[in-house]
Amino acid sequence: MNLDLILGILQIVLIATTPLVFAGIGELVTEKSGVLNLGVEGMMLVGAVSAFIILVITGSYFLAFFVSILSGIIMSGLFAFLVLFLMSNQIATGLALTIFGIGLSSMLGKQYIGTPIDGLSPWFFVIFSFLIVFLVSYFFYKTKAGLILRAVGESHNSAHALGYSVIKIRFLSILFGGSMCALAGSYISICYAPMWQEGMTAGRGWIALALVVFATWKPERVLIGAYIFGGVTILQMNLQALGLRFPGQFFSMAPYVATIIVLVLISSNKLRIKLSAPASLTIPFYKGR
Amino acid sequence: MIRIITFLSTFLVFAFGSAYADPKKVGFIYIGPPGDHGWTYMHDVGRKYMESQLGDSITTTYLENIPENADAVRAIRKLADSGHDLIFTTSFNYMDQTHEVAKDFPDIKFEHATGYIQADNVATYSARFYEGRMIEGHIAGHMTETNTIGYIASFPIPEVVRGINAFYLAASKVNPDIKMKIIWVFTWYDPGKEADAANTLINQGADIIVQHTDTYAPCQAAQKAGVYAFGQASNQEEFCPDAHLTSIEDIWGPYYAERAKAVVDGTWSSGDTWDGMDKGMVVMSPYNTKLMPASLIQEAVNMEVGIKDGTIHPFTGPIYNQAGELVVPEGEVAPDGMLLGMNFYVQGIDGEVPQ
Repeated sequence: MNLDLILGILQIVLIATTPLVFAGIGELVTEKSGVLNLGVEGMMLVGAVSAFIILVITGSYFLAFFVSILSGIIMSGLFAFLVLFLMSNQIATGLALTIFGIGLSSMLGKQYIGTPIDGLSPWFFVIFSFLIVFLVSYFFYKTKAGLILRAVGESHNSAHALGYSVIKIRFLSILFGGSMCALAGSYISICYAPMWQEGMTAGRGWIALALVVFATWKPERVLIGAYIFGGVTILQMNLQALGLRFPGQFFSMAPYVATIIVLVLISSNKLRIKLSAPASLTIPFYKGR
Repeated sequence: MIRIITFLSTFLVFAFGSAYADPKKVGFIYIGPPGDHGWTYMHDVGRKYMESQLGDSITTTYLENIPENADAVRAIRKLADSGHDLIFTTSFNYMDQTHEVAKDFPDIKFEHATGYIQADNVATYSARFYEGRMIEGHIAGHMTETNTIGYIASFPIPEVVRGINAFYLAASKVNPDIKMKIIWVFTWYDPGKEADAANTLINQGADIIVQHTDTYAPCQAAQKAGVYAFGQASNQEEFCPDAHLTSIEDIWGPYYAERAKAVVDGTWSSGDTWDGMDKGMVVMSPYNTKLMPASLIQEAVNMEVGIKDGTIHPFTGPIYNQAGELVVPEGEVAPDGMLLGMNFYVQGIDGEVPQ
């Protein structure tokens, strides 16, 4: 193997993995505050389609990403309103958000399918994805605000008793998650595969969700997990193209298997739960109790 | 309240049931969205053509993005339950699901695309896309400079393997040094993954990208990298004008119109249809005159003529398999049975078909 080939593979891995990092880190922050949002795929799609539409209309990449992130904030804001104020079930609401997002993005994008656009170079976002992971990690473990956010996710009653606004902190965490998912979506439709196609995220939202569990709710591990998954996918393509046998299907399911293993581990051992999963995950917070 | 709803819905069913009893209902199951500008798009073009031909004698419905699993049973059953007379299931892996539902609805006619099992009320139809693959292979053999072809394959089914073999046989005839690099992506539809596969192949030295997946992402990737590509299912030139050499277009409209007409007339019968260029079911997109020399375009056009009149067959012997065994003797052409079940690479292709 020569250097050019390896560099080429590295480039493809970086480009392919970046959306997983964005969506994964966004969902991680949401879950750390104690809220599980299964609407990742839906928010990604709405983010992808809104960025695409704005780019076609205005021709401005900045506006495209801006509006896309805004759409993620609106989508996740809707979710936050339902689960935080109306106390709706997080799992059901999240699934509904995904279904809603798939439908909404298809409807909005109908007349934009097959509109050619000029793709944007992905490198800014690739670098930004690394940066955001380290920023989140710094925020969680080196700042007071991060500690409070984690406290809300662990025990919202204690955090509330100490005078922190559980609802406000969760609301902001959900909005951050939504904006990151939308960014992941817009990256896909503007940089990664510059086009709009219905359902074009093709399940990456679910992989991002799996990655958060796989990473046992640690930011750096989301990055590592995303690159293991992205790397294996691209590696197996390379081996195939070189004519080597490689059980590609096996590695495609690896992140899901790893997720199940983590879920089994943390459910079988209370200590593990303390170490990793936010203790208040999916538990609604009722003020005054 | 519930009573009122029940009454209203019964009323509606009767009212509309009688008002619309006359036109035949034709339903479609799509694997992707009609906007993929590939496989599903062309089925939808066919559906619209059918509508335009038969006018008020039919109404059509389609269900899009139906996965090739148990969900497909539900989707097909839904169409059957809602009074459809003719149902087209437009992907190979709907085979078992189509038959499962068809058994329960003997009066409804089913048409399964690219399948090979028929029943009294299940017909199969497909197009001889491999004829187009042969022309693509011929062009690629002339156009490649690195002698490396990158082929993005979807699922290891005979349809796809046949395409690879037809392509390679034609390409290696023109250019014996040609190497095929094949990536199986195990999806029909994932723009990101299709682009990854195309970039991987280009990175490994392929200067022509062939795809058997449904979006124009690979063609776009080829355009960006400055190599050539063949589009898929529909003319994709507008998305990658500097890469696109030609595409194999699937023209389903006339077949759909004919079959729906047969249902309207009550003359439908099961069977297997496998038409190619001669019947206009497979058409080559306009060859890219900016990229291809005129002489090569002429050769391709001559090839089309030969395929149409039967003097050229993509699988003309001698053809050997990878083990070196003669599978089609000299002077003979591969029988349809062999083509329909093709699950091996011909000699010269590296690697093996995933199982």
